[in-house]
Amino acid sequence: MRRDPGRLSFRRKAVNAIMLNVTGVCTLIAVGLLFFVLGYLFVKGGFSLNFDFFTKLPVPVGEMGGGMANALVGSAKVLLLATFIGVPIGFLAGVYLAEYAGTAFASAIRFVTDLLNGVPSIVIGIFAYAIIVIKIGFSTLAGGVALGVMMIPIALRSTEEFLRSVPVPLREGAMALGATKSRTILTVVIPAAIRGLISGMMLNLARVAGETAPLLFTALGNQFWSPGWKQPTATLPAMIYEYAKAPYEDWHRQAWAAGFVLLMLVLVVNITARSIVAGGFSHKQR
Amino acid sequence: MTPQASSKFETAASPNPPEPKPHEGGLDPKIRSTHLDFFYGAYHALHDINLDVHSNKVTAFIGPSGCGKSTFLRTMNRMYETIKSTRVQGQILLDNENILEMEVSHLRRRVGMVFQRPNPFPKSIFDNVAYGPKINGMVSRSGMAERVEQSLRRAALWEEVKDKLHKSAFDLSGGQQQRLCIARALAVDPEVLLLDEPCSALDPIATAKIEELLFQVKHNCTVVIVTHNMQQAARVADYTGFFLLGKLVEFDSTEVIFKTPKVKATEDYITGRFG
Repeated sequence: MRRDPGRLSFRRKAVNAIMLNVTGVCTLIAVGLLFFVLGYLFVKGGFSLNFDFFTKLPVPVGEMGGGMANALVGSAKVLLLATFIGVPIGFLAGVYLAEYAGTAFASAIRFVTDLLNGVPSIVIGIFAYAIIVIKIGFSTLAGGVALGVMMIPIALRSTEEFLRSVPVPLREGAMALGATKSRTILTVVIPAAIRGLISGMMLNLARVAGETAPLLFTALGNQFWSPGWKQPTATLPAMIYEYAKAPYEDWHRQAWAAGFVLLMLVLVVNITARSIVAGGFSHKQR
Repeated sequence: MTPQASSKFETAASPNPPEPKPHEGGLDPKIRSTHLDFFYGAYHALHDINLDVHSNKVTAFIGPSGCGKSTFLRTMNRMYETIKSTRVQGQILLDNENILEMEVSHLRRRVGMVFQRPNPFPKSIFDNVAYGPKINGMVSRSGMAERVEQSLRRAALWEEVKDKLHKSAFDLSGGQQQRLCIARALAVDPEVLLLDEPCSALDPIATAKIEELLFQVKHNCTVVIVTHNMQQAARVADYTGFFLLGKLVEFDSTEVIFKTPKVKATEDYITGRFG
């Protein structure tokens, strides 16, 4: 039964070294991917990026130059609308879930919102197509509704989580002064969680900013400006899709540039959101 | 006995916060508990508590952990209602008015509470103290500064914070935070102040400051304090109740409880034979 202790210790050291190296290399790959993607996009798109990209409309095939100003504005409008739909609904439902719902009902709501969160984005797109596009046509409105619906479950769950993290003694302190429950939520619980709530919404926005599938048959796309809310509009992700599959070298460069801009926007939002949370005071008491 | 038993007292108008009434010797009961039973679900936590809390006195409850002293304290402002499936039987009166039938936010404005650990709001020192008067619409905007100063003075904190009222309450030390919580509770001018082991998270110096200020507070407020610390009860309380296993074993003036207790269990606890 007894093995040579010297050999055993050698085997253990070898296994340990192998494990350390394998896990280390995998970590390197995981971390390196972001920089690889960033670098690749920068090399391919960063050099095609110029001032025109932000100010000019796309030009017809064959002409050089042009930009994606309409797609930038289109994406902004779609995301604005999505925020106005997804954030209030998700936030208020999250308040209900965290503060009012009974245990059994709350877990039912949680289950259903997790399902909604798991619905593939293209199915959300079909849904928006069926209820809006068929009535008023491809439009900013339809795109905004599709992305807004996608924002609801995450807005709801992040609101719930941040409100639940507010310590009970804080609520008791307010109620002991004669505050009603709704007053306590409004004046103590939400202010205590506000940094988390804001950053949660920003991350949510960053997540849907790159959604493409639901926009393809809601916002459709547009080579020109899209006035108002009821006309097809260009958006950055849909533009990338369209330009990348076209057979023109110049369009490919534009697609890379658009991808680079989109990634930078998402990164900036992410970093801002995280610094908001990090800058906050802690709820911990002495 | 049911809570309805007191309905004949319902009409008793709530008086203004009482002025000190030395002529009455503080002997009229501010709070009277009669045959009070308390349940957490099926668990019978308090058995038949009968006790009078006297006006403008400090009443202390002592006893080992889990004896029900904090639970009893929380029946006086119905803080137990935040926990599900709790139930009260019997009667508990505030100035002859049934606490169990009062409008709860009105009750809690009259009966303030300070908790075991300091729980300042994530707001400025000023806004912490102003919170109660503001939500209860008690003080005009212009009178608020005066109300805040007066409350901080009553909590013996004014001198330490008067130059940084608009700093975060979290910048204060633990002892200062707890005095801030006392000031916050006093700012709505409660008739009764409940303190649930207010010094258990504090060092001896901070504890001494809080004990000292209670002597001032009781001039225009009835004080009920739960404490683990028997010396604290002996120092600050005029009356002391000893709880054991959900029963009020003995209740008398602090002197009697600590010098000549009538029940053997009280004596054993006081002399440190258990608990």
